[in-house]
Amino acid sequence: MTGPRTFFAKIWDAHHVADTAAGAALIAIDRVFLHERTGAAALKAMAAAGRPVHDPARVFAVMDHIVDTRPGRGDQTLMPGGQAFITETREAALAAGITLFDVTDPDQGITHVISPELGIVLPGLTLVAPDSHTCTQGALGALAWGIGSSEAEHAMATGVLRLGRPQSMRVTFTGQLAPGVTAKDMALALLATHGAGGGAGHVVEFAGEAVRALDIESRMTLCNMATEFAAMTGIIAPDERTYAYLAGRRHAPPAFDHPHWQSLHTDHGATFDREIVIDAGALAPMVTWGTSPEHAVAVDGTVPQGPQRAHEYTGLAAGTPIKGTPIDAAFIGSCTNARLSDLRRAARLLKGRRISPAIRKALVVPGSMAVRRAAEAEGLDKVFADAGFEWRESGCSLCFYAGGEGFAPGSRTISSTNRNFEGRQGPGIRTHIASPETVAASALAGAIADPREMMR
Amino acid sequence: MKRFTTLTSRAIPLLRDNIDTDTVIPSREMKSTGRTGLADGLFAPWRYADAAARTPDPAFPLNQPEAAGQRILLAGANFGCGSSREHAVWALMEWGIACVIAPGFAPIFQANALRNGLLPVVLPAPAIAAMPWADVTIDLPAQTVACGQSVHPFAIAPEPKEMLLEGLDAIDLTLKARPQIDAWTARDRALRPWVYPEQQP
Repeated sequence: MTGPRTFFAKIWDAHHVADTAAGAALIAIDRVFLHERTGAAALKAMAAAGRPVHDPARVFAVMDHIVDTRPGRGDQTLMPGGQAFITETREAALAAGITLFDVTDPDQGITHVISPELGIVLPGLTLVAPDSHTCTQGALGALAWGIGSSEAEHAMATGVLRLGRPQSMRVTFTGQLAPGVTAKDMALALLATHGAGGGAGHVVEFAGEAVRALDIESRMTLCNMATEFAAMTGIIAPDERTYAYLAGRRHAPPAFDHPHWQSLHTDHGATFDREIVIDAGALAPMVTWGTSPEHAVAVDGTVPQGPQRAHEYTGLAAGTPIKGTPIDAAFIGSCTNARLSDLRRAARLLKGRRISPAIRKALVVPGSMAVRRAAEAEGLDKVFADAGFEWRESGCSLCFYAGGEGFAPGSRTISSTNRNFEGRQGPGIRTHIASPETVAASALAGAIADPREMMR
Repeated sequence: MKRFTTLTSRAIPLLRDNIDTDTVIPSREMKSTGRTGLADGLFAPWRYADAAARTPDPAFPLNQPEAAGQRILLAGANFGCGSSREHAVWALMEWGIACVIAPGFAPIFQANALRNGLLPVVLPAPAIAAMPWADVTIDLPAQTVACGQSVHPFAIAPEPKEMLLEGLDAIDLTLKARPQIDAWTARDRALRPWVYPEQQP
């Protein structure tokens, strides 16, 4: 008989099909999600090898990565050669018989936004996608992680993956977040303290009072950055909020009354390979200063000493206060922070105000077309437009630069995204990642700003 | 998959921490849905003084004359972090790299590398610090890295090791377990019916 188990161990055990001869495990995969950037490559390779998709009813695809986000879009994209990714993914998806959310589908959106919205991801499931931010979906209580194209082929062709068992880690956030401090700041604080490689080899369960208090969308923000921590994934045990969120979603079961749903948590007395405890009550809004998400500081702090190359790239010397750093551009979007609650919080700061004339480009890109419609129903689009932000259709947009639309050369951007790597948003672009409210406050100020000073 | 047994090469140093896959191969260098034509874009932001014009930066290690034809790359901690793009592995291999030695790898890159026959070797940073431009020999069966008088053991799980040594295709191998997988699925269908939607008409 097994003793107390972690939530992760329960999911792992429930999906354990067999051990392999050399000590790995075959782990059943319940859902595969593809996008046009890496999906066509996987489906085309399978077709070329004569390998069919084992169960097409459990495979989904969406166009999100390089689709145009300007209103009235079609297959054309500003990325050179980008259209081929869209048309080839469409052809491959149709041929394979999988469910596709196409460019003009009302359900189109970023993979990790629409999968929860449509109830495709569920507690206790395994879900993989050839996209590193698949960990976002761990917020719903699924073991969801990013893989490469070859592993996506493997999952689609066989229904399983061959895996070594990862270690387990619990990150407990105690206390309560102060006003103006968000799940994004929790993630950045974890990275600043424990490093971008800190979670390597582990599945991280986020727990504690401050995690329980997060709404489901904010839990997605927290789990989203587990990949920035080098973890296999992040996961949060489902609770009443989770099931309330999923109730009535199109692909979700009609009821969550099976005893299974109540078993999905870490047992009392279960042990983890590693534990980290962070006092959420002590956190401030965070912003990055360098070229790794671990280069994060409190917005009222100063730039610490980091790698010389990072200081040179961002032009910020150690000891400089991060607040007041002039910015040229602002971006609210991405699988990290482009859900309705994110847009509401940014809009609350922006309402009746106008962004600084120093800002040359300011975009809001909703995480899905459903988010966009819901925001418009509340008039948020008008708030953003009146403040000076462009209001776009859904997609990954300028979270990364694909060679099409970009920021002006040399721009310093404040961005609600997840990566501040050198060149991530374009050659020479310096990215500061922060919460949507910090992005909004900074756009108003024309410089990195503390949202707590502008809240009302 | 490409077989990997032993390899001797001069080691090209790129000793920066947190080298991300956006830098290994930027999104804008992934120009088709195929797996080839990527070597030219490898490390484009660092390798070229002007990436658009493809003007090489002579100071970048891969551009130095002694890097030509070499197969081992030395890197800093958390190599391959960021995007899951397998193109990072394909670009490295197309350029000629067969092994990356680093103090640690991001998990998706590591898995992608093993599936393609690119060997990721984890060694402590001080061991790596002695290797730039030296002749290094990787012995996968013995799980050692030799450099001068030093021999460093490294860890690798038995299954990926066997697959690299034999050049086995993971999907072919797994499909041999089809009856087991089908039997498991049939049992699971009864336990968790919500996982298995009816096929769309």
